[in-house]
Amino acid sequence: METMRERFVDVTTDLLDHDPRLALLLADISADPFAPAARRHPDRVVNVGIREQLLIGAAGGMALAGMRPIAHTFASFLVERPFEQVKLDLGHQGVGAVLVSAAGSYDWPAGGRTHMAPGDVALLDTLPGWTVHVPGHPDEAETLLRHAAADGDNPVYVRLSNHRNATARPVEPGRFLPVRRGRNGVVLAVGPMLDAVLAATEGLDVTVLYAATVRPFDAAGLRAALGERADVVLVEPYLAGTSAGQVNEALADRPHRVLGLGVPREEHRHYGSVDEHLTAYGLDAAALRERIAAFLR
Amino acid sequence: MTTADTVSRRSGAHRAGPQDTEGRSAEPLPYGFGDLPALMARMTGDEKHGPAATSTLDALWVLYDRVLRLAPETVGRQDRDRFLLSKGHGPMAYYAVLAAKGFLDPDILASFGSYDSPLGHHPDRLLVPGAEISSGSLGHGLPLAVGSALGLRAQGLTDPAVWVLIGDAEFDEGSNHEAVAFAGSYGLDRLHVVAIDNSSATHGWRGGIASRFEAEGWSAVTVDGRDHRALYEAYTAPHPGRPHAVVARVEPKHS
Repeated sequence: METMRERFVDVTTDLLDHDPRLALLLADISADPFAPAARRHPDRVVNVGIREQLLIGAAGGMALAGMRPIAHTFASFLVERPFEQVKLDLGHQGVGAVLVSAAGSYDWPAGGRTHMAPGDVALLDTLPGWTVHVPGHPDEAETLLRHAAADGDNPVYVRLSNHRNATARPVEPGRFLPVRRGRNGVVLAVGPMLDAVLAATEGLDVTVLYAATVRPFDAAGLRAALGERADVVLVEPYLAGTSAGQVNEALADRPHRVLGLGVPREEHRHYGSVDEHLTAYGLDAAALRERIAAFLR
Repeated sequence: MTTADTVSRRSGAHRAGPQDTEGRSAEPLPYGFGDLPALMARMTGDEKHGPAATSTLDALWVLYDRVLRLAPETVGRQDRDRFLLSKGHGPMAYYAVLAAKGFLDPDILASFGSYDSPLGHHPDRLLVPGAEISSGSLGHGLPLAVGSALGLRAQGLTDPAVWVLIGDAEFDEGSNHEAVAFAGSYGLDRLHVVAIDNSSATHGWRGGIASRFEAEGWSAVTVDGRDHRALYEAYTAPHPGRPHAVVARVEPKHS
């Protein structure tokens, strides 16, 4: 089954052929599949080696020189390791870039904690102005990547994962998509969590909203989806509760309840498979159903 | 003093440099190197600066006066040379040079560090006319310079030079070494480093800073950072196919 990362390679290779302002910076990860693009555009596809501070610093410099840089590696090494570069070499310089991550929170469980970045979105939340896309399907990834590349000089994070939904949704960047209507509260499923959320809420009288963009947070979309009950369950594929503050802000003028489900903060010292980790985090359909039903009953 | 105050005082004879001793010139005279201490004194109130405050002064002056193809009228041109002050600490010398060269109004200098001033104790490129980067946290300028050189090259702009000034203690930061190794291997020949060496790195650089650049394939030269002729010759030395580093040695910070 095609992964979002494979689609990223195809889409970016195509974009590089058509937009001379676009540049791709790599730190060894995905360098092999990008080799054809690097041969065609040797000055616009640059692999700096295993040097992630330089990856982001060079992206900032390229943007200062007038380019639209895309920087890519695993989320741990793209956001967490060079976080001060993200803060200073992009934001503080007043320039943007497209940061495209892979591996996310739990894509390589056998790789352990070093290759897990469940805090990436929460970290970006400490900085102003970031758009954060979390697609749930390669088709959505393509839509959001093309949008991000053409999104002026804005800072955009695109979080790609091997965890995906079976079918793509007609996502519109920045807008939540109603997938199911009900009366007893809203479940907001982010990116790859949608399939499990739909299975978990089968037969429940709840609204399911789908988010492939979480920043900016579509407060109007959330408010429009609420009925009499302002009860919201977040199901996010990164740190549990990352968007709880956004929900509180969106609903500041009315009494409401929020339950944040996602990857726990505690270190989980087990290997195995993605499914085993989702089960351990309480994010498989059965556990989600129990937790959602208890909160929205 | 607020920015509004300083802006309201911009016009008139204030622009004239101290060389205009007879006070009769209609056009302000250009500032010279000898005027820099007085410009710095507008920020600090003291014309007798210690070596640490002026460690960059000669290196900056020779660059701006004789090397950089950059003027207030061309700061928006894509083919301008770039100068990135990475060592953002103690920026008084930098601000003085920018004022002397017409990038910013000398009357603003007195507002240094105050709430509405564009001039912080570390420069902010969104506030300081002529500043290419915002700096202060050490080890960011050289990677940004690598990206700037890559970005110019990717647009076919092979002529503009990119210069970045770092300090010998700043060189401790590992991000510099990511940039030095990459730029040398990549042959990023429009990239230039000025490393001000006032022996302030806690553990020093055994064998000298220049050796770190040379080991990574750079052209590198070490000169007296107070000798304008030597600086100029080092800045303009040919370095085909390789990035170039000039280590400017000045008085030790803790002497």
